[in-house]
Amino acid sequence: MLQQAEGSHAVAEAVALCRPDVVCAYPISPQTHIVEGLGELVKSGRLAPCEFINVESEFAAMSVAIGASAAGARAYTATASQGLLFMAEAVYNASGLGLPIVMTVANRAIGAPINIWNDHSDAMSQRDSGWLQLYAETNQEAVDLHIQAFKLAEELSMPVMVCMDGFILTHAVERVDVPEQADVDAFLPPYVPRQVLDPDEPVSIGAMVGPEAFMEVRYLAHAKQLSALEHIPRIAAEFAARFGRSSGGLVRAYRCDDAETIVVALGSVIGTLKETVDGLRAEGVRVGVLGIQSYRPFPLAAVRAALQGARRVVVLEKSFCVGLGGVVSTDVRVALSGLQLHGTTVVAGLGGRAITRASLERMLRDAVADRLEPLTFLDLDRRIVERQLAREAQTRRSGPIAENLLRDVGTVAAKVA
Amino acid sequence: MHQQVKFYQTGTFTVGNRLLSPELRTVQASTARSNSLNSGHRACQGCGEALGARYAIDAAMRATSRRLIAANATGCLEVFSTPYPESSWQLPWIHSLFGNAAAVGTGIAAALHVRALKAGRPHSDVRVIAQGGDGGTTDIGFGCLSGMFERNDDVLYICYDNEAYMNTGVQRSSATPPAARTATTTAVGTSPGAEFGKGKNVPMIAMAHEIPYVSTATVADLHDLEAKVERAMAIRGARYLHVLVPCPLGWGSASHDTIRLARLARETGIFPVFEAERGEVTRVAKIRRRVPVDEYLRPQKRFAHLFGPNGRADLLQRIQEGADRNIRRFGLLDEGSAA
Amino acid sequence: MLQIRIHGRGGQGVVTAAELLSIAAFEQGRHAQAFPSFGSERTGAPVVAFCRIDDREIRLREPIVAPDVLIVQDPTLLHQVNVFQGLQPDGYVLINSRRGFDELGVAEIAQRFRRERLLTVPATEIALRHLGRPLPNAVLLGGFAALTGIVTLDAVAHAIRDKFSGKVADGNVAAATDAFDTVRHALEEVADAPAS
Repeated sequence: MLQQAEGSHAVAEAVALCRPDVVCAYPISPQTHIVEGLGELVKSGRLAPCEFINVESEFAAMSVAIGASAAGARAYTATASQGLLFMAEAVYNASGLGLPIVMTVANRAIGAPINIWNDHSDAMSQRDSGWLQLYAETNQEAVDLHIQAFKLAEELSMPVMVCMDGFILTHAVERVDVPEQADVDAFLPPYVPRQVLDPDEPVSIGAMVGPEAFMEVRYLAHAKQLSALEHIPRIAAEFAARFGRSSGGLVRAYRCDDAETIVVALGSVIGTLKETVDGLRAEGVRVGVLGIQSYRPFPLAAVRAALQGARRVVVLEKSFCVGLGGVVSTDVRVALSGLQLHGTTVVAGLGGRAITRASLERMLRDAVADRLEPLTFLDLDRRIVERQLAREAQTRRSGPIAENLLRDVGTVAAKVA
Repeated sequence: MHQQVKFYQTGTFTVGNRLLSPELRTVQASTARSNSLNSGHRACQGCGEALGARYAIDAAMRATSRRLIAANATGCLEVFSTPYPESSWQLPWIHSLFGNAAAVGTGIAAALHVRALKAGRPHSDVRVIAQGGDGGTTDIGFGCLSGMFERNDDVLYICYDNEAYMNTGVQRSSATPPAARTATTTAVGTSPGAEFGKGKNVPMIAMAHEIPYVSTATVADLHDLEAKVERAMAIRGARYLHVLVPCPLGWGSASHDTIRLARLARETGIFPVFEAERGEVTRVAKIRRRVPVDEYLRPQKRFAHLFGPNGRADLLQRIQEGADRNIRRFGLLDEGSAA
Repeated sequence: MLQIRIHGRGGQGVVTAAELLSIAAFEQGRHAQAFPSFGSERTGAPVVAFCRIDDREIRLREPIVAPDVLIVQDPTLLHQVNVFQGLQPDGYVLINSRRGFDELGVAEIAQRFRRERLLTVPATEIALRHLGRPLPNAVLLGGFAALTGIVTLDAVAHAIRDKFSGKVADGNVAAATDAFDTVRHALEEVADAPAS
């Protein structure tokens, strides 16, 4: 049913439609509305039978999900940022044990400095954990990806992270089509576990594996993620057939066919990029956008196929590798290995810094004119950076960096442009 | 039902105890016991935890007609019971992480509950035990434990307390008693061994959560331990059982002294054995024949620095005072009994 | 695409106003995107919320820097925050106040825009009358409907009933209707007045 709804609320409805048995989550901005929504659905009886557990930490949240999933329940949790890090041990544990848990990550920056706004550093920190990572461009896609995620996770026996930009998507009220229960039931059958704690057929799960078999166990996780490269498009196609719209998949190319310059990005910024690209195309500039929906497994072949005709690739990402450069850029580079094209990294939107169409246009014009540095921090205020460096050069007791910069910037809520 | 046995155990051969009527015999006495922790595991000779776990889980299996799932924290028990590619466990068992056994237990119980509801039943007949050593319970697992308690999740948590992180080489935990030598509280300096004034009493913390059932036990009294497990399994909600399990390696004691030391821990007053419901002590195992703490401490090399020519009579005195306090607090002596 | 920016203080329902506006647009079969400024939100602090309305899917995800419409829920912001920043030359401005632009001290700024598109409406007073509480957010949307015609009063009423229920909904609808009529009346007066 078509509704005008807040992203979080729509996701809560979508998850509820998937009939989770156990929902366990710890509140953290900007995921709170999702969990609150689900809590209310359970308390009011609209989502039943379902156990909604108010856990005492994110570590507990993932641990409860592990126990529930191992005992045969469809389990769901949600977190962001610091919460994801706090549960990191359990995140690796869940994928190592092969439990099909679905988790929403409402992408938010990781501190210090503490920051509640959007970027991708949280999910990126877990990119090697063995979880699948799907990124939503819109709230509609966020709704759809959750439904696909349960199916994908259970088919593979691997946990899936659905990433949606904190605040930008979670707190945006927009048009969403929330599917009907009957359609979701037809698409997503009840969970049949590959392994389960069952007194009738006892098994030991989670034993220590030594050097004699550890490599093989880990290789199997790798093989499974690779096989997801086939499952993901297939499930997206099944979804499209049943629900009548295209959502998910591996990558989505926009005006890339004859593009000389292609921008690669994840998440909601793709929308703004499309608007920017349309504007430049109207002037005859041959640019396109490649959105990556499946970040893990990283669709090397699909990315290569989409980019190989271009002269330039700009990876625009809300994440970075301190001291090195881009995170996504590195993966894209692997996809393009051996090809002759000019690649640059643009780090943007860290900690919720707005990525404006105007800035993107300027950046793209620079890209097209080959004026872009290999690594750019979009809209970086060099003045205050330089002031801080000078401060540190002058005196040892230069004080906390964050506070110094904030004083230079003045007390400003959101930096607009 | 628990018939007072008027003589002392002389070793595991009397577990069978033909002097008791069959229905009062221990679970261990029966050849039909589930043997949930099957032989072949890699525990040390004289391991108190292996003993305690077998006792407890077999009793729980009988109490639940073998409808039981166990979640295990990382630690000695988990490591020696599942040496790849073998497992000693005869029941569904999961090991997740060091600090989350209680939370995993919560998750399993929730899943079972929903499955039962889907089948039209108000409860599952399958019950859940979460278990771990002192480290995994009192320190790193403390947050999850408290969360499980305060939500009153239907899990019995069993802590096998050997008073240090044994599996990693005998490091101090918040369950390590004062003056005990461990690898991180060495017997040097002005206050050798673990410091006084530190540490955590988890049974009392469990009581502070006012959960339905809390009890302590040792591997010295099999009947008592089994009865407590049975009582716990008859209750729904959060329950906690804290079992003292001597560790010959970590304590520096003889492997044949495990049960004797456990008994001495009770008889000195160092380890109060009691039961509590909703925060109030309901039953206490009285000390039969009180002994001074020295008798308990001497056979353990981890306390060796308290004795001998450079011994610390002052620290022994403080330990004795601690035992006296427990006796007073819990009423461990009958009026007019040998003090 | 139309872009509306709403200014107010924490606790005045600025975010809800943007949401209601987006629901009203949805009711009329249009696409709408509403979101807050994501600044530090505590009661009393300046808050901004945004709403975009279009007839096709809205793909842009950035704060509104060049609004077509400004709604100011709290006139004390006028000299504290540059609420007029980026306002389009043909833009609309609706300020919650009993007083006019001159009295509010923003006449000079107002001269840069189209006179007949700038209005004040005593939304707080109207709210007090119908709601008993000084909550001007939904009220102002009634005024917005009359001023711009971007959404109908009916759609605004639908949105209010979607979000609220019972007496709160009734009160807000009545207040919004009151504001609608007040603004329409004021517009007629401006239209009748000789060009200045």
